[in-house]
Amino acid sequence: MNPVTKFLFELQGITLLLWRSIRGLRRKPRYFGEIITQLDSIGVGSIWIVILTGFFTGGVLILQGYPTLAYYGAQSSAGQSVATALVRELGPVLSALMVAGRVGSAISAELGSMVVSQQIDAMRALGTSPARKLVTPRIIALVVSLPLLTVAADMCGILGGGIIAQQLYNLDLTVYITSAQMGLSITDLLAGISKPLVFGLIIGLVSCHKGLTTTGGTVGVGRSVTSAVVQSSVCIIIADFFLSKILQNFFSGTIF
Amino acid sequence: MSLGDKTINEKIDEIESEMVDRFAGRLIPAIEFRDVDLAFDDQIILDKVSFKLRRGETKLVLGGSGSGKSTIINLVLGLLKPDGGEIFVDGEEISGLDDQELMRVRKKIGMVFQEGALFDSLSVFENVAYRLTEENVDPDEIEHEVRRMLHFVDLDDAIDKMPSELSGGMRRRVGIARALVGNPSIVLFDEPTAGLDPPTARTICELAIKLRDLEDVSSIFVTHEMNNLEYISSEYAIVDGKGQVHFVEEGQSLCLINTEVMMLRQGSIIFSGKDEQLRKVDDPYIHKFIRGK
Repeated sequence: MNPVTKFLFELQGITLLLWRSIRGLRRKPRYFGEIITQLDSIGVGSIWIVILTGFFTGGVLILQGYPTLAYYGAQSSAGQSVATALVRELGPVLSALMVAGRVGSAISAELGSMVVSQQIDAMRALGTSPARKLVTPRIIALVVSLPLLTVAADMCGILGGGIIAQQLYNLDLTVYITSAQMGLSITDLLAGISKPLVFGLIIGLVSCHKGLTTTGGTVGVGRSVTSAVVQSSVCIIIADFFLSKILQNFFSGTIF
Repeated sequence: MSLGDKTINEKIDEIESEMVDRFAGRLIPAIEFRDVDLAFDDQIILDKVSFKLRRGETKLVLGGSGSGKSTIINLVLGLLKPDGGEIFVDGEEISGLDDQELMRVRKKIGMVFQEGALFDSLSVFENVAYRLTEENVDPDEIEHEVRRMLHFVDLDDAIDKMPSELSGGMRRRVGIARALVGNPSIVLFDEPTAGLDPPTARTICELAIKLRDLEDVSSIFVTHEMNNLEYISSEYAIVDGKGQVHFVEEGQSLCLINTEVMMLRQGSIIFSGKDEQLRKVDDPYIHKFIRGK
């Protein structure tokens, strides 16, 4: 099969999965318990890696950026530069990439194992739709938890930048925080929260699709996990560009 | 001569129409394939396969690996769609049904998978109760039904165990219990004895015989093991006065009419009939399959 045909088949599969999972919301039974379990596993379970990523990203931004700001005498804008970079771009993208690595791999491995051990077939034979029971709760959990995780990453990143600026460059923390507050607008915050909604959907759809289309036994599970993480990550980076442009146009006339 | 106000003829007609009403449903085959074709790319999987599974009958489907045995089961469940032909379950044509409608049909069918296919994250109780839990059945009723089914497969003590704690044979038996919850009228067995030791394989066959003779279940039993054929096609189950189940061999003077054998080769049916006829067929492939040489 040539790459274009393969891509179109993948796209068709993912679109159908999206349709089935949306349809799963309208019809009973709705798996609220499963959604809570996934929120705990995906959201609460990812909090520490997201906090650490955010904290050290904020720190490294100050570490690399502060000397340049100092060269131009703009040390007081350090807070603004870190907050803007984190809230607009780095917070959403890095959180999504971390979650794609941690959760996307787990979802595709779990569903892939269920496919090769015929558990998915058993589920269908017992009259349950795997899309409704397995896919919809995971996508909902990702779409709900990723924006919250991103907010946590942004806050910890700004805090991390502030601590590094204070400890290494003796920048007053009040100056740093005031600069961050002044530099951020409501459109930054809205853009920063709307991107993870799409990223969560991408991670959920790609990982579930890869898991459910696993073939070739345990080796196939490994292949599914790898391609789920790689494809989710690439899709996130590409979607980030287009989302930034769309949001830029949407909020045109503001600081974008 | 009259019986009350009715003549004998009127009474006979009345009884006859009552019998027709009562047993009309039994005349409709549990499963019927009509000229079913299936191919993956250039590879033919099933080629104009036609057969009927009558009510209360067990059809043993024999054949080597890749002959299309398991494909038949996947088609009955609607997990695969045929390229051509018609498939009837309980008289209803299913090949044109969508996923939602197939869910309704699948509720009539119990499926026993090769390795059990138990849900790893659920206990034995939750696995067996799965279908009823999905249907929001009352918890007390679920517990009663689960215990009844686990008793049927002689696994009363395993109720709280996780699938990882069970042996291969126990997993298959839990799989059978799960398939039987909700009293499906059709049960499909996909090589349920593969990889099991002979006594455990015998236990699985006994469960299939009990389902056929005591529960009036129609079943397709896919296998490539001749021991299974020997047990299921030549023994029947009876219950004695104390409620104990016994397995009796049919002997020379009796031939079980509720068990048939169907043999597949490269997607085509090469034999269909009783096990006694199978042993008399003059076909080198069948001879080799039966004797192994």
